[in-house]
Amino acid sequence: MEYMRPDEIVKLFKKRLNESAIIDSRIETKTAGLKKSIYSVIWLQIRLENFKEAIKLLCTIQFPHFAIISGNDIGEEIELIYHFSIYYAERFKEISINLTTRIPKKNLKIPTITDLIPGAQTAEREIKEMFGVTIEGLPNLPNIFLPQDFQKGVYPLRRDEKGVDKTVRKEDEVRKVE
Amino acid sequence: MSKMTYSIPIGPVHPSLKEPVTLNFEIYGEHIEKVNLAPGDNHRGIEFMGRQRNPIQIIYLAERICGICSASHPFAFCRAVENAAGIEVPERAQYIRVIIAELERIHSHVLWAGLAAHEIGFDSVLYLSWRAREEVLDLLEYLTGNRINYGIFMIGGVRRDISKEQIPRVRKTLDFYKDIYSKIEDVFLNDPTIALRTKNVGILTKEDAIRLCAVGPTARASGINKDIRQDQPYSAYADLEVKAITPDILTGVVNGDVYDRVIVRLLEVVQSIQIIEQCLDNMPSGEIVAEKKLVKLLNQLKKAKGEGIGRHEAPRGEVIHYVKLNESELPEVWKARAPTYNNLMTWVPMLLGQQIADIPIVVASIDPCIACMDRVTILNKVNGQKSILTKKDLHKLSVQKTRRITP
Repeated sequence: MEYMRPDEIVKLFKKRLNESAIIDSRIETKTAGLKKSIYSVIWLQIRLENFKEAIKLLCTIQFPHFAIISGNDIGEEIELIYHFSIYYAERFKEISINLTTRIPKKNLKIPTITDLIPGAQTAEREIKEMFGVTIEGLPNLPNIFLPQDFQKGVYPLRRDEKGVDKTVRKEDEVRKVE
Repeated sequence: MSKMTYSIPIGPVHPSLKEPVTLNFEIYGEHIEKVNLAPGDNHRGIEFMGRQRNPIQIIYLAERICGICSASHPFAFCRAVENAAGIEVPERAQYIRVIIAELERIHSHVLWAGLAAHEIGFDSVLYLSWRAREEVLDLLEYLTGNRINYGIFMIGGVRRDISKEQIPRVRKTLDFYKDIYSKIEDVFLNDPTIALRTKNVGILTKEDAIRLCAVGPTARASGINKDIRQDQPYSAYADLEVKAITPDILTGVVNGDVYDRVIVRLLEVVQSIQIIEQCLDNMPSGEIVAEKKLVKLLNQLKKAKGEGIGRHEAPRGEVIHYVKLNESELPEVWKARAPTYNNLMTWVPMLLGQQIADIPIVVASIDPCIACMDRVTILNKVNGQKSILTKKDLHKLSVQKTRRITP
């Protein structure tokens, strides 16, 4: 198998996707141990329109190992970070790739990646429940992490009015009332 | 006190917590035709709780995500914060971290071996292997002060050193495991009853394991030599010889069944002993933490801006934490994922076509961090009757099967 260097992977993404598709790219190198061995982490911020395309491109390099999706409510948008790694199963070769995309809250929709990577289903359902992001193409399955009778339209990890902050009673506040 | 009600926010929970999970099976006769996973509602909202805590406080919260992986989560979390804030960990601390993590692997795998024997009704092995596990727990208590929830990890290093006087005690425990290993291997790999119950049961093919992004021993038993300690070495693993263990090392073939998962875990115990010995031999001297004063460290983290991921190969597979720091006391995002989260889906291909009595051992074979399956709903296809099997009933069925097939 041929291994590309991290900068070559970034170049490949820039070449194969639209020029405007990649908003930001960053390669981090970290060292470990006495010998200061190096490993790399790639961070790419991709426009929502090109996101599915980017995942498809990633799958052409090697079937990626999918780890998890992190979500973050940043005001007008929800930021999703898909954590992948490629070139696994070979010593010192694995490269972590984190693909970030931002979805405007006005139109909270993102295509599913389960058609390409079936293992991503649990994570997509979690994002759907916790942030209220509609995953297009994901079958309508019952809640996986939240109770089945959980309030509709409330998403626990949102920081806006749809979050759960209002319903949370902190211990010290409860004491004050009593 | 009794009037006080809590409204616990339900946050993203990963199935590594001791929480109930319901598996809905559709069976025909003895055969499982359809599996539906429904993790329970017992969620603690750990990541939501993390929003009100500073990074140092989160270490202790992360430690309590799981009672068995209580070195893995803080390890991954500390690495994520260090990557985000650009903190370099002293080499000696990297070695101590690896020693603690590998001791945890020994205790986790020995615990699992006992549980697996229990699931098929081999209780004497359960007692013997849990007795053997005590030795490593005692050693962990000796080194860190606690049997579990070690409290040794700190951002930028570790909190306790391993002194020269302590090393003979560590070696003594390793020798104990080397002595008893041949016995454990004999019981698990040469016993005809265990072979009958585990061979060609709960098969996960390599293709399915890749597609479902399986991690840890579950993936390795299916022939993918995926191990972060080998693929992307971090901490002291970069200096050590670590090779992902697949069952073909011992038997020459990969079947991806429960038996292969037993082999992988047993061989990993030996590997852990070797890793710890290498660490003890090559441990450099020096500082054990980058910043001793916690107030100074907190100030440094408060000014930091950036994001980072921390990965660690826990006994069950990859643990990954993501942290984003944004010049504030509290981290903006903290995301934790335990290995069972990815491995949960592998139950479906493993269980399809199996018998009900095989459910306990197949489910246990991925070493799930879920207390036990809460209960299993069984739908009888012929008359549509719905009955619930408790863990006790299932266990009884499993034991009966062992008795039945043993010559």
